Amino acid sequence: MFSGFDFEVIWRSLPYLFREGMSFTVTLTLLAMSGGVVFGTLLAMMRLAHFRPLSLVAASYVNLMRSVPLVLVIFWFYFLVPWIGGWAIGASQPIHVGAFWSSVITFTMFEAAYYCEIMRAGIQSIARGQVAAGNALGLNYWQTMAHIVLPQAFRNMLPVLLTQTVILFQDTSLVYVISVTDFLGAAAKIANRDGRLVEMYLFAALVYFVVSFAASRFVRRLQASVAVIR
Amino acid sequence: MNYRWNWRVFFDQAPDASGTYLQWLLVGLEWTLATALLAWLIALVAGAIVGTLRTTPLRWAARLATAYVEVFRNIPLLVQMFLWYFVLPELLPEALGDAVKQMPPPWASFVPAVLCLGIYTSVRIAEQVRAGIQSLPRGQSMAGTALGLTLPQTYRYVILPMTFRIILPPLSSEFLNIIKNSSVALTIGLLELTGRARAMQEFTFKVFEAFTAATAIYLVVNLLVVLGMRWLEQRARVPGFISAGGTPQAGH
Repeated sequence: MFSGFDFEVIWRSLPYLFREGMSFTVTLTLLAMSGGVVFGTLLAMMRLAHFRPLSLVAASYVNLMRSVPLVLVIFWFYFLVPWIGGWAIGASQPIHVGAFWSSVITFTMFEAAYYCEIMRAGIQSIARGQVAAGNALGLNYWQTMAHIVLPQAFRNMLPVLLTQTVILFQDTSLVYVISVTDFLGAAAKIANRDGRLVEMYLFAALVYFVVSFAASRFVRRLQASVAVIR
Repeated sequence: MNYRWNWRVFFDQAPDASGTYLQWLLVGLEWTLATALLAWLIALVAGAIVGTLRTTPLRWAARLATAYVEVFRNIPLLVQMFLWYFVLPELLPEALGDAVKQMPPPWASFVPAVLCLGIYTSVRIAEQVRAGIQSLPRGQSMAGTALGLTLPQTYRYVILPMTFRIILPPLSSEFLNIIKNSSVALTIGLLELTGRARAMQEFTFKVFEAFTAATAIYLVVNLLVVLGMRWLEQRARVPGFISAGGTPQAGH
């Protein structure tokens, strides 16, 4: 079964795969995670706001993002961002946005909807008495959030947030549909150039597996150590 | 700078002369639903078996099931799609591999897409099934044993019927996921809804009309599924049991 295998091709392309491909994938994952968590937390605070229009806007955004396939969202942003950018700076043409920033914006906006739901549960897991106590001490909304609620919410939700990030890491492979050279894109390029689909795709699968498996193991151990004893 | 909207593009002839672009997108929806439903069948069956095995006292079966879950959970869906489509036919015995490669156009990508999505989703269902079984009070299986039921009988008549009624809500969100995830099949050439919207954009240059239509269709499908599942959940609810939901799960 493995007689016709050419492991040489994997060895030869390792520098390209990791220096070009994996670095793109990891950078995209980290940027989208940071952006997504920040934007997602803001969305969660909006969803929980008492001001109805605000919570409605946030809820609609989250539900829209969660109802549409990621592939379609990637296409949407790929074509939409240049127009919005052009409109924002008053240009007469849609501006040119590189594939990298287009992907970062897409994944930040998309994952924010998922991080939002996690953070919403996190915020709701904090006893209301704590917010009341904060108010009684004279803290305003932002101070209560920043010093009392959010630190605990993050801590409670850290395992889920990280699991979502592992999923984000896997999902970034979908930038393939806009022909970006991420890790899978790099593997696909070599695979097609050298006619070595079997070796390259199996290797890509192996690498994704090892990274995701190790990361989810780590999350499981973290889960046990950060659990707050009540 | 102005984008020129032209909604009438949906009534233009589609390139394969089968009708208008609107009809063309709707045929795409049919492929999406066909892929999702068939894959759902595979996912339910495989997921129920694997999830159940992980809770049985059979050590080797539980280990095997765990390995299955870890493998298919930690490889991105797109990569799995490529493995089914490009790699599997090469690894099969030559005659079979050739037969797979020579399937006529829609089936050559439809069959791998269904298998891939089914297996991919089965892992997530297996996890739900396992969590559901473990959330049942131990007394239930003990009562089964006390009544003289064998282990398979306990599962068949006591544990699994309860489990499936409890895990309906997470299952319905998995069903929504499988519909959305079927769009990944466009990478192996299946012209489902997203793939057709993308192709329509390439033929007509009407980017936003095409994607708006696809988005609207997905939203309607989502709404229908949610309503249908809510109805089912109410019918199947076990009185006195809070359905599994609770802590949020990471997903996409």
